[in-house]
Amino acid sequence: MKLTVWTYEGPPHVGAMRVATGMTDLHYVLHAPQGDTYADLLFTMIERRDHRPPVTYTTFQARDLGADTANLFKQAAQDAYDRFKPQAIIVGASCTAELIQDDPGGMAETMGLPVPTIPLELPSYQRKENFGADETFFQIVKTLAKPMERTKQVTANLIGPTALGFRHRDDIQEVTALLSDMGISVNVVAPMTSSPADIARMGAAHFNVLMYPETAESAARWMERDLDQPYTKTVPIGVGATRDFVNEVATITGKDAYLDTSRLRLPWYSKSVDSTYLTGKRVFLFGDGTHVLAAARIAQDEMGFEVVGMGCYNREMARPVRTKAKDMGIEATITDDYLEVERVIEALQPEMILGTQMERHIGKRLGIPCAVISAPVHVQDFPARYSPQMGIEGANVIFDTWVHPLVMGLEEHLLHMFREDFEFHDAAGPSHHGGHAPAASGSGGPAPRPADSPRSFSSKMNEGSVVWLADAEQELKKIPFFVRGKARRNTEIFATERGVDEISVDTLYEAKAHFAR
Amino acid sequence: MTELPRLPTAGGCRETPILKQRGQREVFCGLTGIIWLHRKMQDAFFLVIGSRTCAHLLQSAAGVMIFAEPRFGTAILEETDLAGLADAQDELDKVVDELLIRRPDIKQLFLVGSCPSEVIKLDLAKAAERMTQRHAPSVRVLNFSGSGIETTFTQGEDACLASMVPVLPKTDERQLLLVGALPDVVEEQAIGLLEAMGIGPIKVLPAPRANSDLAVGPNTVYALTQPFLGDTHDALTRRGARHIPAPFPFGEEGTTQWLAAIATEFGVAPELFEQVTTAPRARARKAIAQAAEALNGMSIFFFPDSQLEIPLARFLTRECGMEAIEVGAPFIHKGIVGPDLDLLAEGPTISEGQDVDLQLDRAKAAKPDLTVCGLGLANPLEAEGLATKWAIELVFTPVHFYEQAGDLAGLFSRPIRRADLLKLDPVSSDGKYDGGVGAGPHAQQP
Repeated sequence: MKLTVWTYEGPPHVGAMRVATGMTDLHYVLHAPQGDTYADLLFTMIERRDHRPPVTYTTFQARDLGADTANLFKQAAQDAYDRFKPQAIIVGASCTAELIQDDPGGMAETMGLPVPTIPLELPSYQRKENFGADETFFQIVKTLAKPMERTKQVTANLIGPTALGFRHRDDIQEVTALLSDMGISVNVVAPMTSSPADIARMGAAHFNVLMYPETAESAARWMERDLDQPYTKTVPIGVGATRDFVNEVATITGKDAYLDTSRLRLPWYSKSVDSTYLTGKRVFLFGDGTHVLAAARIAQDEMGFEVVGMGCYNREMARPVRTKAKDMGIEATITDDYLEVERVIEALQPEMILGTQMERHIGKRLGIPCAVISAPVHVQDFPARYSPQMGIEGANVIFDTWVHPLVMGLEEHLLHMFREDFEFHDAAGPSHHGGHAPAASGSGGPAPRPADSPRSFSSKMNEGSVVWLADAEQELKKIPFFVRGKARRNTEIFATERGVDEISVDTLYEAKAHFAR
Repeated sequence: MTELPRLPTAGGCRETPILKQRGQREVFCGLTGIIWLHRKMQDAFFLVIGSRTCAHLLQSAAGVMIFAEPRFGTAILEETDLAGLADAQDELDKVVDELLIRRPDIKQLFLVGSCPSEVIKLDLAKAAERMTQRHAPSVRVLNFSGSGIETTFTQGEDACLASMVPVLPKTDERQLLLVGALPDVVEEQAIGLLEAMGIGPIKVLPAPRANSDLAVGPNTVYALTQPFLGDTHDALTRRGARHIPAPFPFGEEGTTQWLAAIATEFGVAPELFEQVTTAPRARARKAIAQAAEALNGMSIFFFPDSQLEIPLARFLTRECGMEAIEVGAPFIHKGIVGPDLDLLAEGPTISEGQDVDLQLDRAKAAKPDLTVCGLGLANPLEAEGLATKWAIELVFTPVHFYEQAGDLAGLFSRPIRRADLLKLDPVSSDGKYDGGVGAGPHAQQP
């Protein structure tokens, strides 16, 4: 039993739903109690989908448990087929149905439905959402895709995009353009946008572009082995990775490596004079493995940040993330415990967080700016505008997204020079973030409920025996809020190392000189 | 007292046969109630004993992601817990110890059962008893089920409040108990009106804190402020308290009838009742009239969601001039919503439970001007050109009593006003709008 406040990933059947909802003409019959239908709103509200996810829930109730939940399942499956006439059906159980052991897969097979019926084994008490998506897509591909004659021209399948994916919609367009510039067309994009009939013709492509290892690595490996299709290992997020991707595709296909950089602005923006204020900013990275690995490279090589910590919530990606962290001389945090991530961030006191919506909350509480780089998704992660992460435009988007939460160059200097200004208080965020009125409770949200003071679970850092003298404490308050945490921590470390148990104004400035870069 | 409600001439809906279908339901489970209960009870923590799905539901339902540290969490069952039940109780003790050390401010802990914990028959009542002894007197531990195999959405609040009733101290004092978790501002208005009529003492369940002087007994009379509190109603009756049946306090008429029922019980003079209610009644009528302009003559279709459907249909048809096509509720308790059914004119289909696909067929055929439904259905229906009102907003917004009556009507008129305001659909060559149904982003997927 594990106490959980927030989760980075949903249960595995939600991963299966992401695959099914991204596809067309596929239906998912899910043995589940009524409450599990909440998952529909993830798609219709967060992603603003205009169709219900293609999922039929059996919605059994307590009174059914003593009776016949198996028949209920068969009836639901038959009704779903009759009503939706899908090209293929996937069947499975959610966490509760797994406990009653009705074997939906076995039952569906005996029903003799006239379309392929694909059973899913998704252990709810061991695995999570990404596994569910990866396994579901793998089972669909394994059942439907067959070796076949290749297309005459060089073509690729783009694999990995799903419903409710972080910018998947726009990444598809960007990668399609990258390939098109090299004279390679797309055979099938899957699971998002494809039907079971499309999956059946995936074997015609010359290779696969594995866009998101989280959701399609098992399928990519199977197709490499059984359909003889190589797959790309580089995820084209960032300038360097996009160049490497183009080279990798050239190697696989024998085509010339070609990259149209006419719209690429990140390199010049990073080299422009005002970007010196980005140099050496201490950042902490957290998210899914793929996006964190890409962000680490961009942060270090393309923005000039100092990566002080990184990690991912999906254990499947622990190995590459640990390796990358080791290369950078830091330790990786592999956990799905949000409180642990919070503790790490508190201890590291980065100047910026590149994380998920969870870390955005942590940043808010600790007064550290945060840009979102990864799922789990929020309604804000589905912007109306074109906003990819991959390819040339993705690099441009990332530059803007990461710089946006920061205090701009000259503004930072002004804050240093006029730190006594009454408007430069802790609650005043960067000036381009709109008014600094007290956060209004939005209408429609849980506003009318009495607000209490948010209490943090996390225990305060042990301040040990070091005492701040009043004038030093006063001086500390004059330091701009966005570096104050670091100054406090550095000063305390400095004092502890020297056996100083009282921090005076002099100690503060001695520490500043000691840590000066 | 005051003038009697105009009963529908053709008769109300109390005896209307109820359409019951069995099929897929599209509703939240009772765990969802935790989202507002944990804000209402400021020293309570809700610990769900369940799966990753439960944790995911709570954070998804909580406005997608919430901005303050919540006073709820999930003890996620793992393979090892499922293997042997003896473990699960020990594991739960560990989790609770850990939690209470971290949160010494917690005075009430609710162990909340879920689908998986019900299926494996994890005895949370036993656990709560053991923990109450262990952590007494600083923490009281109670348990209830919010599982989706037993409860629907607002039934979670009912189960929670019902779990508190047996442990309330006994009192013989003559008192009024208001039952239901309301936003503070609304609760204060109700108490203000009743006190102005000289009614008291007034207590509220749930109280904001555990150490309140809440008690119950044979001289307690209680009024429900929410129509979904069937189990709580029964639990209070078992403690000897007596229910004051009334229409629910939505709209001017509902609020007046609700207050009148209590005033009658306490023998309030008609003049005093008039004096206290005249001004707010006039304000409520005026506010409703503004929003009702857009609603008058419009048809409405309710999918089952919060159990507020019947009282709301009564309000919208009688005070806003709407026509109800179907009023679906997850569960209909006639002992509680009977007075509202009496006032709801015969005509609409009254349905309980659902087969969502069949109900969607009926809604699409009826083409209502406004459809009240859950979040999973709203955007898909909007994309088909049906204006919708998300039902969950009705339990997350102050909508009770006189001063909110206009806001309540406004919740329904806004989607209709929006449809008039937006000029987004393509204009055909003859200058007329040529539809625009199905204009959603995924409408033309390859």
